[in-house]
Amino acid sequence: MERPNWAPGDIDLERPSVARVYDYWLGGAHNFAADRAVAQRALDTMPDLRRVIVSHRAFLRRAVRFLLEQGVRQFLDLGSGIPTVGNVHEIAQDGDPDSKVVYVDIDPVAVAHSRSLLLGNDRVSVLQADVRDGAYVMKSPEVTDLFDLERPVGVLMIALLHFVPDSDDPLGILATYLDALPSGSYLAISHAGYEEGEDGEGWTATRNMYDRNVTPMTYRNREQFTRLFAGLELVDPGVVRLPLWRPESLEDVDDTGAPFPVFGAVGRKA
Amino acid sequence: MTERVDHRVRDDRSQLDPAVLAGAESFARSWATAVIGSSYVPMTRAEVAQHLQELTELLVEALYATPFRTAPGYEIGARLVDAHFTGTDTLGRTIQLIGDDLLVELNAENDDRLRSRLAALQGALSAGYARALRERTLAEQEAIRAAVLDARDQAEAALRASEARFRAMFTEAAIGIGIADIEGRILDVNQALQDMLGFSVEEMRQYNVRDLMHPEDAGSVWRLYDQLIAGECDHYRAEKRFHRADGEQVWTHLTLSLVRDDHGEPQYQVAMIEDVTDRHLLQNRLRYQALHDPLTGLPNRALFLERLGRVFNNRGKKRRAGLCYLDLDGFKVINDSLGHDIGDQLLVEVGRRLDHSVSGEGKLVARMGGDEFVILVEGSSGTGDIVDVADRVLREMEAPIRIGGHELSVSASIGIVERPLAGTTAADLMRDADITLYWAKADGKSRWALYDPERNAREVARFTLSATMPRALERDEFYVEYQPLVRLEDSTVVGVEALVRWQHPEFGRLAPDRFIELAEETGLIVPLGRWVLRKACEEARRWLVEFGDAAPFVSVNLAVRQSRDPELVRDVKRILDECALPPHHLQLELTESAIMGTADEPLESLRALSDMGIRIAIDDFGTGYSNLAYLKHLPVHELKIAGSFMEGLRAAEEEDPVDSQIVATLVQLAHALQLGVTAEGVETPAQAKRLHRIGCDTGQGWFFARPGPPEDIDSLLRGDL
Repeated sequence: MERPNWAPGDIDLERPSVARVYDYWLGGAHNFAADRAVAQRALDTMPDLRRVIVSHRAFLRRAVRFLLEQGVRQFLDLGSGIPTVGNVHEIAQDGDPDSKVVYVDIDPVAVAHSRSLLLGNDRVSVLQADVRDGAYVMKSPEVTDLFDLERPVGVLMIALLHFVPDSDDPLGILATYLDALPSGSYLAISHAGYEEGEDGEGWTATRNMYDRNVTPMTYRNREQFTRLFAGLELVDPGVVRLPLWRPESLEDVDDTGAPFPVFGAVGRKA
Repeated sequence: MTERVDHRVRDDRSQLDPAVLAGAESFARSWATAVIGSSYVPMTRAEVAQHLQELTELLVEALYATPFRTAPGYEIGARLVDAHFTGTDTLGRTIQLIGDDLLVELNAENDDRLRSRLAALQGALSAGYARALRERTLAEQEAIRAAVLDARDQAEAALRASEARFRAMFTEAAIGIGIADIEGRILDVNQALQDMLGFSVEEMRQYNVRDLMHPEDAGSVWRLYDQLIAGECDHYRAEKRFHRADGEQVWTHLTLSLVRDDHGEPQYQVAMIEDVTDRHLLQNRLRYQALHDPLTGLPNRALFLERLGRVFNNRGKKRRAGLCYLDLDGFKVINDSLGHDIGDQLLVEVGRRLDHSVSGEGKLVARMGGDEFVILVEGSSGTGDIVDVADRVLREMEAPIRIGGHELSVSASIGIVERPLAGTTAADLMRDADITLYWAKADGKSRWALYDPERNAREVARFTLSATMPRALERDEFYVEYQPLVRLEDSTVVGVEALVRWQHPEFGRLAPDRFIELAEETGLIVPLGRWVLRKACEEARRWLVEFGDAAPFVSVNLAVRQSRDPELVRDVKRILDECALPPHHLQLELTESAIMGTADEPLESLRALSDMGIRIAIDDFGTGYSNLAYLKHLPVHELKIAGSFMEGLRAAEEEDPVDSQIVATLVQLAHALQLGVTAEGVETPAQAKRLHRIGCDTGQGWFFARPGPPEDIDSLLRGDL
């Protein structure tokens, strides 16, 4: 029998969790020895990794602020992880205190932590679910009670879809979400990836280590990444290396000259 | 997400002099460049710069403050952590930058007092940072551990709920569920199964699955079980009986499923057991009803035929079987006179007696319908076995049956067939028993008759004859021969008897005794007789034309049924008219019984025929029981004395005085009644002479001539012979 979506997974602190590894990389202490060991090994093989992780987080901030400017007040953060710092509801409610946010993650610890932090914030809800089951998420009371699905929603998939292999039909998953949302909704994605010839030795080693120890990843090139926005209008500047998506200042832009191994874009449902 | 960061701009910054302030701003910019990227802070670069500008101003104020205090150093360290400058490189770079650059930016690098103060503030900043980071780390660790506990609690609660649901499903299921390990040791059974079998869980746990074997289980049940245990199949369904604790039986639908472990090895077996006893009993009852006669409770025709079919399916080389086909005598009368209710009760009693007298292995009594019953005896050793059964049944019927104040005597007729199974079929057996029953009836009822293949062959031939007779008439297979009737006084041929023959395509030439009786039964005698009459009259007319006064009359036999045919007189008259034959050229012969035993109507016909001038003869006179007194009132002209009396007149030395006397007496009697006398069966000259002496008028027989074609008569009349 397949485990239903609601059924809890094992909570094994000896096994690294993606959410807690990210927390460590972001300077948090919401993690355990096993998480730190893996996170540190990754940092050892690729010292630049922390910058990559931080750039996802920075993209999230920029994307949310952009969507606020577009009038979006409802945010669905898929694969939200451990609420470290600079979370979506902080950014969104800083812009408009009435903004509503639903966090979704499969990690029961991340969800439990989120819930305890958000206790009393009635404009935020947390759902434990497998984000691949879009139908389940969109029909959950966490979403339907909080959101007005007649109004636009910003769907955020930050550092998420590279954990979804093609065999899980990422386009189908995206369609399930977007089909349930009105026009004017947005989709923001940051996604690990590179073009042919860009994967140096360090990257390969890091990827292998990560695939083995944390969770296997699917890297997509620009074309594959662009395809995720099929049917949506890409907002300026389209598909770019993550730091180049609407940078806040010139200093924010990397000056190493190396191609940044993450793509980012935001699309709008017409 | 408690970590709200305050990046609002302070507005009390103007306490410093502008030169110092400019130095502070320059330092803050360097600071921002140094630390950005060392930690993730949720701020834009400008916001970071702004934040560090504030901290720099705080630091510079503390540097110049009177009295000097290190507390702001602690605050700056703490605020760095609060803004999530948690990467430890941030602290290192900060301390280094403060040491290297701040006093330079403030143009005070040679001020020992400030240098000393700065060292103290650096220490305080480091301590404050460390303390805040430690607190933050501890808080986050505590938070994440609390989250783990929460998540575990929820997981366990969900698991408990899930387990409770499954437990409830198991416990509350209306279907019986049992789990056993792969050795067959029963581990758990639910309430439904306990109720079904009447054992508690504890009792069931004492059992092995194999202990639940039932002697009536189909072999496949346990064969499949072995396959399942061996992992060769994953589940199977079966019909299975179980013994209940109270000794009763439960019929069930069983579904047994194999549960495998993570490696695919058989681990448990799960049985789902549905009690279908009621359905089974209902099925049994319906089957019983379908196969039994509701009145007598005996097996019905369907069951009997099923059983008979099974006997033939299992036939061994030398196996035999017998059937008694039984029918009550005169049941219809009882039914019609006393009512169906009495009739039904009679059948019930007869059924009971049959069942009583016929019991034991291999015997079956069934009611075929109406008052017909059948007894099947399997594995008989010979006819004697079945005859014994039939005798017993007939004896059993002897005692009168009392029903509702009536004392009814019943008897039965039984047809018996007993034979080896090889070479026969169930249908043969049934048909022959049925035929034999008919014989028993025909032979006088209240008896059994044994199937006789020769009798059957005869009957079949008879049947064949009677069936082919109508067509034979159309195809002219019949023909007529004539035997002279000779006046004894002068040996003149005065008449001829017309005798019908049948040239059968299969059986050859048939004498009347082979088919007249059949024709009587089937009624064909009427058209056949009419045909013979016409044929004879046509010949008689020909002779009349040819021989004039010397022409003989024709004597034609009239069967009983013909004599009673209301059309008789009209038919005869029409034929005479059509043949233009004077009536006195026709004689009709009837048997004694045809004339004597008849009611008024045929007598009227005879009288009418006689009045027309037709001669009436009594055939075979002396063999029946004639009412001699009545004879004189009958329209009869001639007596034909049966040939059997001629035996004693054959020769002088063999003369039987009794026969001789009888014939003489008959002749006297006839003459007294003014009737002519013809002696039949005259075979010798002595007989002819004696008959003449006795006074007999006419003779007929081989002595004079055998029956022959009309041409023979022609020759006789011409005196050719």
